[in-house]
Amino acid sequence: MRKSAAILLLVLVLYWFTLSGYFDHTVLFVTGGLSVLAVVGLAARMNILDDETTPYFRFKSIGYFVWLFKEIVKANMAVVKAVLSPDMEISPSMFKVKMDHGTDLGRTTFANSITLTPGTISVEMEDGEILVHALLEEMTDLEGFKEMGVRSGKAVADPMNYVPKLAAKPKATKKRKGS
Amino acid sequence: MTLEIIQLVVSGAFLISGVFFVLAGAVGVLRLPDFYTRMHAAGMTDTLGAEFIIFGLMVQAGFTQTSLKLFLIAFLLFLTSPTASHAVADAAHHAGLKPLLGKFRAPNPAEVKANKVEKH
Repeated sequence: MRKSAAILLLVLVLYWFTLSGYFDHTVLFVTGGLSVLAVVGLAARMNILDDETTPYFRFKSIGYFVWLFKEIVKANMAVVKAVLSPDMEISPSMFKVKMDHGTDLGRTTFANSITLTPGTISVEMEDGEILVHALLEEMTDLEGFKEMGVRSGKAVADPMNYVPKLAAKPKATKKRKGS
Repeated sequence: MTLEIIQLVVSGAFLISGVFFVLAGAVGVLRLPDFYTRMHAAGMTDTLGAEFIIFGLMVQAGFTQTSLKLFLIAFLLFLTSPTASHAVADAAHHAGLKPLLGKFRAPNPAEVKANKVEKH
């Protein structure tokens, strides 16, 4: 918790400097610092200072972003080719993809990665499964999804295949289906 | 001087390719047959279209505060656009909209015209 608070403080200070660009304005400096402290204090009071709200930077994540960007470019080319060709041969399909991620952050990363890749959209999340809508036949390849799942899990240090103890969790977090 | 020319060429290339993807996305939204398939084309403008345009602007701005701000915008788009796409698709699925499945082929304009003439 103390680590998360320190990271949040650092990120907010950097964010403030990036957006304002002031280095020699005493009044603005002091008010900026006060607002940063107020945000950290409020976050501590709300009890949301954990790894999930301050996902600090890992070098592995950069590698994942590079890989994901390459995949996005590849998928974009395929979709552009299909859409701009006069015949426009597509084969929309809906299928379920297994998901082994243990944390909400891992699940979100995986589902967002699927949606970011053009040609596949994650439609609905169920326990351990994602309903995916795909535009082209070449995008229904389950091995590709498996690779993306493993890589996205590693990128956010997700304990894969981890079975959450449902009894220990409060009921409010368990009921995610209808949201 | 030469650096400025390189900067201009690189940012121009990024901007043109970004515009190409946005245009292709718009064409896709018009051509594709149903709601879910159209969302794929819209996602194309969100990802490569917008990101390439922002990269082009970043190259044009150079190492300044402006390009840092542009980077923040690109990062925000990268995180929020898939969430919005998922929210829309999920809402449609919950409302019971059935997706068009199976093979689809764009109808030949000549045949469509001929059929219409026959019907009337």
